[in-house]
Amino acid sequence: MENLLSIIIFTPLIAALILAVFLRGEDAAAQKNAKWLALIATTATFLISLFVLFGFDPSNPDFQFVEDRAWLMGLRYKMGVDGISVLFVMLTTFLMPLTIAACWNVTHRVKEYMIAFLVLETLMIGVFTALDLVLFYLFFEGGLIPMFLIIGIWGGKERIYATFKFFLYTFLGSVLMLVAMVAMFVDAGTTDIPTLLRHEFSAGSLSFAGREIVGGMQTLLWLAFFASFAVKMPMWPVHTWLPDAHVQAPTAGSVVLAAILLKMGGYGFLRFSLPMFPVASDIWAPLVFWLSAIAIVYTSLVALAQSDMKKLIAYSSVAHMGFVTMGIFAANQQGLDGAIFQMISHGFISGALFLCVGVIYDRMHTREIDAYGGLVNRMPAYAFVFMLFTMANVGLPGTSGFVGEFLTLAGVFQVNSWVAAVACTGVILSAGYALWLYRRVVFGGLIKESLKAIRDMNLRERAIFAPLVAMTLLLGVYPALVTDIVGPSVEALLSNYQTALNAAEAATRLAQN
Amino acid sequence: MISADLSVVLPEIALAVYAMVALLAAVYTAKDKAAPILIWTTSAVFFALAVWLGMSAGETRSGFGGAIVDDTFARFAKVVILVSAGAVLLMSTEHLRRSRALMFEFPILITLAVVGMMLMVSAADLMTLYMGLELQSLALYVVAAMRRDSLKSTEAGLKYFVLGALSSGLLLYGASLIYGYSGTTLFAGILSTIEGGEMPLGLLIGLVFLITGLAFKVSAVPFHMWTPDVYEGAPTPVTAFFATAPKMAAIALFARVLHEAFGTVPGDWGQVIAVLSLLSMALGAVAAIGQRNIKRLMAYSSIAHMGYALMGLAAGTQLGVQAMLVYMAIYITMSVGTFAFILSMHKDGQPVTDIRSLNMFASREPAKALAMLVLLFSLAGVPPLVGFFGKFYVVRAAVDAGLVWLAVAGVIASVVGAFYYLRIVFFMYFGEEGEARLDGAMPPVLWGFLMVSAFAMVAGVINLFGVEGLALSAAQTLVN
Repeated sequence: MENLLSIIIFTPLIAALILAVFLRGEDAAAQKNAKWLALIATTATFLISLFVLFGFDPSNPDFQFVEDRAWLMGLRYKMGVDGISVLFVMLTTFLMPLTIAACWNVTHRVKEYMIAFLVLETLMIGVFTALDLVLFYLFFEGGLIPMFLIIGIWGGKERIYATFKFFLYTFLGSVLMLVAMVAMFVDAGTTDIPTLLRHEFSAGSLSFAGREIVGGMQTLLWLAFFASFAVKMPMWPVHTWLPDAHVQAPTAGSVVLAAILLKMGGYGFLRFSLPMFPVASDIWAPLVFWLSAIAIVYTSLVALAQSDMKKLIAYSSVAHMGFVTMGIFAANQQGLDGAIFQMISHGFISGALFLCVGVIYDRMHTREIDAYGGLVNRMPAYAFVFMLFTMANVGLPGTSGFVGEFLTLAGVFQVNSWVAAVACTGVILSAGYALWLYRRVVFGGLIKESLKAIRDMNLRERAIFAPLVAMTLLLGVYPALVTDIVGPSVEALLSNYQTALNAAEAATRLAQN
Repeated sequence: MISADLSVVLPEIALAVYAMVALLAAVYTAKDKAAPILIWTTSAVFFALAVWLGMSAGETRSGFGGAIVDDTFARFAKVVILVSAGAVLLMSTEHLRRSRALMFEFPILITLAVVGMMLMVSAADLMTLYMGLELQSLALYVVAAMRRDSLKSTEAGLKYFVLGALSSGLLLYGASLIYGYSGTTLFAGILSTIEGGEMPLGLLIGLVFLITGLAFKVSAVPFHMWTPDVYEGAPTPVTAFFATAPKMAAIALFARVLHEAFGTVPGDWGQVIAVLSLLSMALGAVAAIGQRNIKRLMAYSSIAHMGYALMGLAAGTQLGVQAMLVYMAIYITMSVGTFAFILSMHKDGQPVTDIRSLNMFASREPAKALAMLVLLFSLAGVPPLVGFFGKFYVVRAAVDAGLVWLAVAGVIASVVGAFYYLRIVFFMYFGEEGEARLDGAMPPVLWGFLMVSAFAMVAGVINLFGVEGLALSAAQTLVN
């Protein structure tokens, strides 16, 4: 099975092609066929990806399942997974069938909707497996096209503004990364990621327009990559596209956006910024820390003031991503493990929360918090699921949300205890907005006339939530499932990082003497 | 050695003879009624010549005392010119018939323009350069004003002529200065006078005038003013033609002059080209935002695209020329597909150019809308479509040559430019349901070109159909 990864990547694409070419008509039967085909294809992708998970050797920090073929102009079609990326592949393939199942009620242009999601899945898996810079960029940017259409065609009232903002914002961030990638190509003569991981980019100071740039080329490259990943992540203050995009996107679009697309930024930091530009990462880490700390506190406060449920969860996502960036640039084992754990866990939790909003939105067609109240009386099962994920979002011990926050905070505390202290207040604030949201929506008397006939979750909805509940609890009580897989790769990354830093420091000292 | 000389320009001679014969035949027989047949035969001749040139061996031959050269670079450009001209001719029949402008002079004038373009890309002497350029331009002035009864078309023709004549004058003045300071009109001779040494000031001024004249032909900012008006005023098939073959010819000529006559001093012209490139990319991206007329929009789009192609040229390296050629091949493929779509936009038999008429086109014609979507994203340079690789190539060439600022400016301009391509997508996909503002029917030829072009934008990701290697060998003959 030497092209297992290619099979995983292209299975959804082939299903999308079949849909596009062979399925005709817009009647109920055709819609049903489209949904079933999409569900089968994504489930099959998940099942095939299990082979990768079980065939993966966690003790080996190198890339596994590598495929390597020649491509254009010295670029290579190279795929592979290591301990860092394999879990993101699994997260994607795991969530996609649930996402497809969550849009079962869509009736508007179903075929195109399914095609968009299938193409998006291909591109997302590609991002996490690509081992060539340009191939990575291809998948990374390509994801914008289906997402642009998903928000623009199936979104809410303000969808046009939101989707244009989403596209142009992230596009602007990424094109700078493209120039940086070209510069790396020119400097190192290759776009092969494993080779680039060992390549030392010059960190000697440059002077530009009379100013000295500490860290030289590494700093410039780091900043270009940062522009892209910080927007994608998103970090404060370039997060403003996210609440708009989330609110306007259809439920399934929000789920994919929150659960997977946001993780590309964090993955990018782990794959490129930290290992390839260690000196620059070290120089700029304080900036990232403080941006993260501000993000955690500020967006939590903003979340408190929201009246739209999706917007509230979107702001809480920004806050949780703050823990991730903080953990990554702490550059120690706890921080990195915690960051990866937090990303995986946030994939389940935020996805589930958006699905929770989707459940009641499907019934009442509003996301206003004020329109709800007392749902527990009519929807006990829903109240239970929503509570579980609210608690996970808060970071209650026993759920996966706790582990990630704890590890990242532990990691950052060793490096910068002030930032850790500020970030800790975010944990309290998150309890504030999440529990208050839950209280306003679920508890209280069922006094609103419109809610009196609301129905509890049906079998399909319960089936969607069951795996998510299971994963959240499982990871909460047994986090070693994740940390065992990422551990060796993170260790290797960190030892290379330290070696590079020490070498650079020695070089500077030598230059000073 | 007249036969050896003639064999170098055999394709051009064949085409010129064909144009005369076709002209006489049409005049003495069916006149305008023969136009459709003439269009088909002309395209067939173009494609046949393209195949012939594509097949012929790779060695460099020159004739007429070195005034005309036939090398891999020229053949690459000629094949692109012939294929795109043939494609545009085939696409134009239906539109011309609908607007009652189907005249037999059209294919003949296009043929003469193509002869001029082929001479341009083969020119290795300032005289040949000027002859080719003028033959092409005079034919194009006439086709721009082809609809004599239309105010806009005649206006377009006149504007194009006046400004074109001005630019030719500048170019000629530059050529005379170059001749005066180097004592020769041969590119190789000019190169040898500045070999190793400083360039005389007069030669430099001549070079600047020459660049000005050529920049007008490729519609680089600030010599672009004619482009939107001519694109809008000329009949759409003529616009489609303007956007493709002449651009390739002009920029190939540009590359040849700069590298073969001034190749030893890339520093002297590189910065001029870099500024032209920067301005074109920026203006092309910003000015198209307000356009509602799709032809004007495409005019600004072509200005921006020429800016990217010039970025490759500004690098002044072999990689830069290769990048420019790849970029042009991709751009022309996209343009042919896009114009196939624009040519098919009509309502009740009347051509439509307002982009708002595309409102919810996707819900009625999903296949065509999808093809157009692919082309638009490709024009915007969004991966994984082939248009991205064009941008990647030129950016790489620019960074390789140390022009990082130009590369950064270029990619930022591409983000701004993405907006107006997305706006067309917005009309096609996100608008409000309403009455159909466009007829769905599309002539099969246009449909075919649209689909093939869109398919190429997707499938080309695998290996760019080998264009890369051909462009490399073409660039190698030009830059040693």
